[in-house]
Amino acid sequence: MKLAPLILRAFLVLPVGLGLLITLGQGVTSLSVLLDWPGLARACLLSLGPGLGATLISLTLVGLILGAEPRSLGLLERLLAPLLALPHASAALGLAFLIAPSGWIARAISPWATGWLSPPDIMTLNDPWGLALTLGLVLKETPFLLLMALAAMTPALRHRQRVAATLGYGRGMGFALVVWPSLYPALRLPVLAVLAYGMTAVDMALILGPSLPYSLSAQIGLWRSAASLTHQDQAAAAALVQAGLVLAALILWRGAEAAGLALRHRMTLKGIRAPWAERIFTLLATASVVGLMVLPLLGLLGLGLWSVAGLWRFPEALPNQITLQAWTQAGPALLRASATSVTLALGVTAVAVALTLWALQAEALPPSPRRDGLIFLPLIAPQIVVLPGIATALLHLPVPPFVAVALGHLVYVLPYVVLGLSGPFRGWNRQLGAVGASLGAKPWRVLLRLRLPMLAGPLAATAAVGFAVSIGQYLPTLLLGGGRIVTLTTEAVALSSGGNRRIVGAYGLVQAFWPALAFVLATQIQRARSLSFGPHPR
Amino acid sequence: MNRREFGGLGLAALWAGSAWAGDWALVLAQAKGQEVFFHAWGGDPKINAFISWVGEEAAARYGVTLTHVKLAATSDAVARVQAEQAAGKDSGGAVDLIWINGENFAAMKRAGMLYGPFAQSLPNWALVDTLGKPATVTDFTEPTQGLESPWAMAQLVFEHDSAKLADPPKSIPALADWAKANPGRFTYPQPPDYLGLTFLKQVLYALLPDPLILQRPAADADPALEALWQFLDALHPNLWRQAMAFPANEAALGQLLADDEVGITFAFNPGRASAEIASGTLPDTVRTFVLDGGTIGNASFVAIPFNANAAAGAQVVANLLLDPAVQARAQDASILGFQTVLNMDALTPADRALFQDAPRGPATLSPAELGPTLLEPHASWMTQISAQWALRYGVAP
Repeated sequence: MKLAPLILRAFLVLPVGLGLLITLGQGVTSLSVLLDWPGLARACLLSLGPGLGATLISLTLVGLILGAEPRSLGLLERLLAPLLALPHASAALGLAFLIAPSGWIARAISPWATGWLSPPDIMTLNDPWGLALTLGLVLKETPFLLLMALAAMTPALRHRQRVAATLGYGRGMGFALVVWPSLYPALRLPVLAVLAYGMTAVDMALILGPSLPYSLSAQIGLWRSAASLTHQDQAAAAALVQAGLVLAALILWRGAEAAGLALRHRMTLKGIRAPWAERIFTLLATASVVGLMVLPLLGLLGLGLWSVAGLWRFPEALPNQITLQAWTQAGPALLRASATSVTLALGVTAVAVALTLWALQAEALPPSPRRDGLIFLPLIAPQIVVLPGIATALLHLPVPPFVAVALGHLVYVLPYVVLGLSGPFRGWNRQLGAVGASLGAKPWRVLLRLRLPMLAGPLAATAAVGFAVSIGQYLPTLLLGGGRIVTLTTEAVALSSGGNRRIVGAYGLVQAFWPALAFVLATQIQRARSLSFGPHPR
Repeated sequence: MNRREFGGLGLAALWAGSAWAGDWALVLAQAKGQEVFFHAWGGDPKINAFISWVGEEAAARYGVTLTHVKLAATSDAVARVQAEQAAGKDSGGAVDLIWINGENFAAMKRAGMLYGPFAQSLPNWALVDTLGKPATVTDFTEPTQGLESPWAMAQLVFEHDSAKLADPPKSIPALADWAKANPGRFTYPQPPDYLGLTFLKQVLYALLPDPLILQRPAADADPALEALWQFLDALHPNLWRQAMAFPANEAALGQLLADDEVGITFAFNPGRASAEIASGTLPDTVRTFVLDGGTIGNASFVAIPFNANAAAGAQVVANLLLDPAVQARAQDASILGFQTVLNMDALTPADRALFQDAPRGPATLSPAELGPTLLEPHASWMTQISAQWALRYGVAP
């Protein structure tokens, strides 16, 4: 039985470690080529700025929302899963359609409010400061952090807020000073993962980020796919710099944590209650909850509308013709890509769930996976650094591309599955198992006939998360599959460079459809289960 | 066709025993049941749909499965072959067929990454207009030597909405003046994008007192490029987003015209505008024009990597692309609007009629109106412009 945790850990650590080593080894020898590139400093800033900015903003929003608990939070909680499932590329494409000078927002207010008959020449997208990229990251990462925070929010923590209230603290200030410091340790690793992701995202950076120069990660991706060997060397060296940059940012973040703690200490000592701030907190919290729901959904709606739009000139708010041309044209390719995406995602999720259950049954996982660095390793080590190394190693091994991609997905799906299953699996009432055993059932029978059926709800929800994570994978599919494995995500990103909004819209929509379907099914299963077993303990 | 004419003796010895040896029946037999991974830029749904149609034909006629690997850039495929070459993978490669030309072809040819010569052994090669369209055998001044097979002719044309701009500027200096008078209404795709670089070469043609020097290799930091940088320094403040951002490629540039973000765009496919009008994404008032003195033109090719897994199947597809019915479909304005590489005089009357019947579309110029084609400069100019552009404009807004 002790084999299970070993295999699980091997899947988390070995590919990541191997990839890191190979990429960094390649990078060391060619560092001088990179240092000659005058865009390096700016590209590094474009990795740090949006990465740190988006993490700080997302975390602040999570604090604001949990502290103020605006009325709309309930709705957001219900939408959290589909928002999380929305692939990064779809979210970015949807956002781009909204905020472009010729996008939906500008159309909605033109020409009656703005007087614009042609789109204004303003920089709302691909801006050189990475603001659009930061916004995109915030929209995608806040739901993730919020989910992690909600899972860690115990009634005892909530109670502290009420105790603080008796001392004259408003909800927001009480939350910030009393609840947050105890909540944050459970959020630390997810936050670091968000920071590392934000600094190194490739698909989002290509769609929303600047191009003069590109952020470091996007530039690495472009160099890696360039023809010349010099560019390969530059890419390897830049990956080394990127790894160092992420490490530096993680250390910087830990330093900021200490500073935040000290600040909180000072504020508590001074007894700052700032009742005037409470209204602002509530207002900001409500605004961010609405923004977090409305922007992605409007973006998706925009994708859908563009996919059926005929001629749609500025400043018309709606297309003046509707046509299914894009769908009929892209239909066969969409079906093929969907089949690949779904097959991969189903297979990978099944293996990930099985591996995790095996390890959990062996009682060999750490009691609190949210605080286990090993489980977060694949999420914190940047894909753009790790994967080129693995791809290089794979060139020498006779691994079929589909298997390589599936293994790559598994590495990135496993952490989410472990996070999702550990709590419910351990929270199960073991006395039921004892009853089963006393009736003569063997442990595996107790697992299959009693424990798993009772955990069907969380199992389904976790499987849906794993499925969604697999559907959204871009770099592992591209780099490990050598271009041979065509999924909805690789297609959507490739097409987004082409600018045909109708086809891009169709791909973005289908890419978002499958994870959404998985979540609907999971919700149905959860509902059916809660009817037959009653609410199960958290 | 005697392949010895094509200087491929050394290669021929190296590749003796391979399938391109001219026995077409053998090639067809080998190809049957093969899956051909065609690595081609995937940013244009019209081209993707066309390739998918070619795949259906290949399956129906020859039992060859064509899988389109949609690339963001052709260099992706080149890099893949390069990585396999470096890893010593001499067979069973991931890439079977690449849509290629210019710099990428020159690089692959230089590095011995290409299979062949095979083009002249294709049965449909006899139909190619190598005399009337010399670009079908000379790719950016580089002799193709049968290592790639042409499939479409392209020429730079400019596009404008005649309802908004009746009389567009017809020379590079006039275009610069127009951009100055209409700030934010013109831009070009960001190099190293192919179309963006083609535009810059067109500018260079207009600026050089003696454009013939473009036919020989460029020197390192060639002084001839100074004129180009001076021109761009003056032009950039008047561009879309003050040149702080550029569209990624032809399709993204075309979208800017559709969104009315810019007033003049350009494309490397004279039939692009008509095809977009036909699919309802551009208003039917869009027209195309060329510059006085001509615009740059070249041919698109397909090549087979040295380690292709399905070299026979790839040749069958290359040959199919030269089929008169396939070429006529590509020229149809509602499909692609690509110009054919075939010699009309070499076709049977029935095949010729296919081309005459294909509608040209409202925005496409006639061959006479398209005017003279300027030869592609030596590939080194593209490399130089690309590298220096990145240093000058690509590292800070």
